[in-house]
Amino acid sequence: MSAPLIQGYEVVIGFETHAQLATRSKIFSRAPVAFGAAPNTQACAVDLALPGTLPVMNREAVACAIRFGLAVGAQIAERSVFARKNYFYPDLPKGYQISQYEIPVVQGGSVGFDLAGQPRTVRLVRAHLEEDAGKSLHEDFHGMSGIDLNRAGTPLLEIVTEPDLRSSAEAVAYAKALHQIVTWIGICDGNMQEGSFRCDANVSVRLPGQPLGTRREIKNLNSFKFMQQAMDYEIRWQIEQLQDGHAIQQATVLFDPDSGQTRAMRSKEDAADYRYFPDPDLPPLCIAPQWIAQIRAELPELPRPMAARFVAQYGLPEYDAATLTQNPAMAAYFERTAAVSGQPKLASNWIMGELARRLNEAQQGVDAAALGPLQLAALLVRIADGTLSHNAAKQVFEALWSVPAAAQTPLPDALPDALPGALAQVDALIAAKGLQGMSDTGALQAIAEQVLAANAKNVAEYRAGKDKAFNALVGQVMKASQGKADPARVNALLKQLLGA
Amino acid sequence: MNAAATASTLTSTAELHQMGVAGLGAALGARQTSATEVAQHLLARAQAHSGLGAYLALNEEATLAQAAAADARLAAGERGALLGVPLAHKDVLVTRDFPTTAGSKMLQGYRSPFDATVVARLATQGAVTLGKLNCDEFAMGSGNDQSAFGPAHNPWDLARVPGGSSGGSAVAVAARLSPAATGTDTGGSIRQPASFCGITGIKPSYGRCSRYGLVAYASSLDQAGPMARSALDCALLLTAMAGPDLERDSTSLEHPPEDYSRWLGQPWPGASAAQPLQGLRIGLPREFFGHGCDPDVLAAVHAALAECERLGATLLDIDLPRTELAIPAYYIIAPAEASSNLSRYDGVRYGHRAAEYTDLLEMYKRSRSEAFGPEVQRRILLGTYVLSHGYYDAYYLKAQQIRRLIAQDFQSAFGHCDLIAGPVAPSVAWAIGAKTQDPLSAYLADTYTLPASLAGLPGLSLPAGFGAGHMPVGLQLIGNYLSEARLLQVAHQLQLVSDWHTRTPPPFTHCPKSHP
Repeated sequence: MSAPLIQGYEVVIGFETHAQLATRSKIFSRAPVAFGAAPNTQACAVDLALPGTLPVMNREAVACAIRFGLAVGAQIAERSVFARKNYFYPDLPKGYQISQYEIPVVQGGSVGFDLAGQPRTVRLVRAHLEEDAGKSLHEDFHGMSGIDLNRAGTPLLEIVTEPDLRSSAEAVAYAKALHQIVTWIGICDGNMQEGSFRCDANVSVRLPGQPLGTRREIKNLNSFKFMQQAMDYEIRWQIEQLQDGHAIQQATVLFDPDSGQTRAMRSKEDAADYRYFPDPDLPPLCIAPQWIAQIRAELPELPRPMAARFVAQYGLPEYDAATLTQNPAMAAYFERTAAVSGQPKLASNWIMGELARRLNEAQQGVDAAALGPLQLAALLVRIADGTLSHNAAKQVFEALWSVPAAAQTPLPDALPDALPGALAQVDALIAAKGLQGMSDTGALQAIAEQVLAANAKNVAEYRAGKDKAFNALVGQVMKASQGKADPARVNALLKQLLGA
Repeated sequence: MNAAATASTLTSTAELHQMGVAGLGAALGARQTSATEVAQHLLARAQAHSGLGAYLALNEEATLAQAAAADARLAAGERGALLGVPLAHKDVLVTRDFPTTAGSKMLQGYRSPFDATVVARLATQGAVTLGKLNCDEFAMGSGNDQSAFGPAHNPWDLARVPGGSSGGSAVAVAARLSPAATGTDTGGSIRQPASFCGITGIKPSYGRCSRYGLVAYASSLDQAGPMARSALDCALLLTAMAGPDLERDSTSLEHPPEDYSRWLGQPWPGASAAQPLQGLRIGLPREFFGHGCDPDVLAAVHAALAECERLGATLLDIDLPRTELAIPAYYIIAPAEASSNLSRYDGVRYGHRAAEYTDLLEMYKRSRSEAFGPEVQRRILLGTYVLSHGYYDAYYLKAQQIRRLIAQDFQSAFGHCDLIAGPVAPSVAWAIGAKTQDPLSAYLADTYTLPASLAGLPGLSLPAGFGAGHMPVGLQLIGNYLSEARLLQVAHQLQLVSDWHTRTPPPFTHCPKSHP
């Protein structure tokens, strides 16, 4: 696919993403990993780099790396090596960061996603395990800096792409796809505000056919919105520089969301010599094939294959399938609703419509939905069998949503027993609200006949060929049914009665 | 202390310092003395001989509390080889009850919130800590003349170095200030001071003793071990010290603890009591017996080897062809690791911080320049250089390759012999100050200890007589991985038929109070 050119320039972007791994303790110590704790309360002797302390690998962090590698089709290195990256900074307690340098644990792999309906693939170079640093706090200390080492030693997986991305939109789509994968497989909570998923974008531009341009690295992009803004600004800036005859200097830049601009932190001349060497405190990380096999067996179905299956198995449109596979809980909710109701498209519509709306309003995840898949399935059954019009179903939905969880009748989990209980609950609501009846063709027909009799003028106009008059009749019937009737059924019934 | 008073039936408590670990353990077990009595006696002795520079820290209150706890266990009927036995720790092993300085101004006044694993393991067995022992700053040195808190003096000649870096440990044991001590050995820092002071010390296989709580110098080489008067005493200490510590030290060996005294007094497998070393093949590396070694040292070593032959051992010449490469390899690898290990001393969280600075960079520079001594600074510079971009392959990587070849040489040698013997150092202890201005000559003196360190093999030094100036000479025994019990068995056989290890430097034979 040819890349979109900007003022004749081709954009080349590579991503480095730090995903904070969802382990209970730190990567090399037993201290807990908790965001927002009082400063320096989540740091033990190892994290403080007290004399005599040593790192010991957190097995769960390795499992996370393996899970990721398998999810992106990468090679899991049977033997990988931890190295020390040496530099001085007050929030780096040991004076070096333990990372992986020459031999990372995850090698290769790729991330697929759709960009404007087109499938795209970005190749990964590697993903490696490393520890996070602490935080320097430059405010509130009257000319001094405070150091909070709670974050020091938090496990990170740094995921590095090839420079395969050709636009800021593609880069953001990649970042979203990667975010979906790491959260889907449960290795990262994906909380970008808290820094659990932060991206560095290496951006360069070139004239088509030319070698790669000099790149500048935009650090610490922690929202998709800023990511796009930062890259767009940087691309424009670089093109302007080149058009003005200036060469691009390799640099690390930060994006300032307030000004919408990037500004250089340090240039290549200031680049530190990190004096990488294998960490003698940590033997090579050797991963047994059996461990990889075990994690492979436990790996959940991934979002893209799942979406493809939804299309094939349930006949859903691709858009629906992609939306329903945003996260595993949503996908599971859909599958259960579809299975119980036997109405996959209806399930998709209601989940993406009413359910999503209510969840957004409540700022809740689907796990916390007041309405379970069984109840939604029961509602869908009553829509499908004609008991409920769409409008009536909405009212039942609202009613189900507002029943406190504690007051709800517990429903059996097993499929054969599940539906009757849920149906009973839904039917009781339908009866209580008097929403039923309109499925009764006789009752609806009586209303329709009354409406036709009382609106002879409209009937005459309709027979004279005025379509508007028919709509007025439908509206009258709907009004008379207090909105309970199904408009499609009303349409059909009126046409039948008018002998159309 | 009622128990102590009633139990004390020794003829003279004034001679308690002449007893070794095994003897004290037995006397304590028989309730002939008490841990408190022994500790008090040795604390008084340490204070009386403070001029030796052996101790950097004493804490009478903590020591006596530990001794009282041991006495309570003894009174309750508990027995153990180390229960109530006093010892002291090299100051690179962190301790809760005593400050830990690593011989550096950088850590002056530093108090660790935890005990090193080896310290804790000894404490669990009821050993009583007398104090912390002087050493070269961050264990970098071979004369204990690089301590920020002054030199330690060789008890055999106060004008000479005790060796290093575990100099204070060797002095304390040799001068009978403590029956035993811990040391650490990175390139010879247990074996060489043991040799210089006429005591016995063993550096175990790399990974045998946990490094948790050992202030790191060169992580891939550092190893703690016991220093005492005899192989027997070393075996008792090592039994407590060694063992896996996988939850704290990833380089700790997953090998169960063992009783290192189990073969002491037994003949070599297949040998008789009359010829207890029959069948033992001792390899003598030609490279250890060349012109680089002083004749007085060689004479003592040969005499000790002749004793081995009399006990039935077979001597054979072997080759360790890369011996001379050990020095350059070591002085690349160890400083490289040290330069990184010592980066944590930045004045931010603990340790020395300069009083005045204008910005962060200046804070780092001043704090580190003020608090690190010249040898430490030299090795940090050296290590930083060899790890620099563009030099890494030429130095560090090449040194690691040499290191592997040296380890292979040993494995080839062990195809022909059961253990390897030779001198520990090419000379006896030198005069304090003699090598301070010439670090290279001090580095060269490490030739015979470095190869086993680089290979991660256990090495033992035991007294083998005296050389020039009536200074002690040590015999080095190097075994294959995890053969510590065999090294101790052979050393013990030699000590059964010799008395070098019982010699006490004359001024320290008696209690200073009775013989002022």
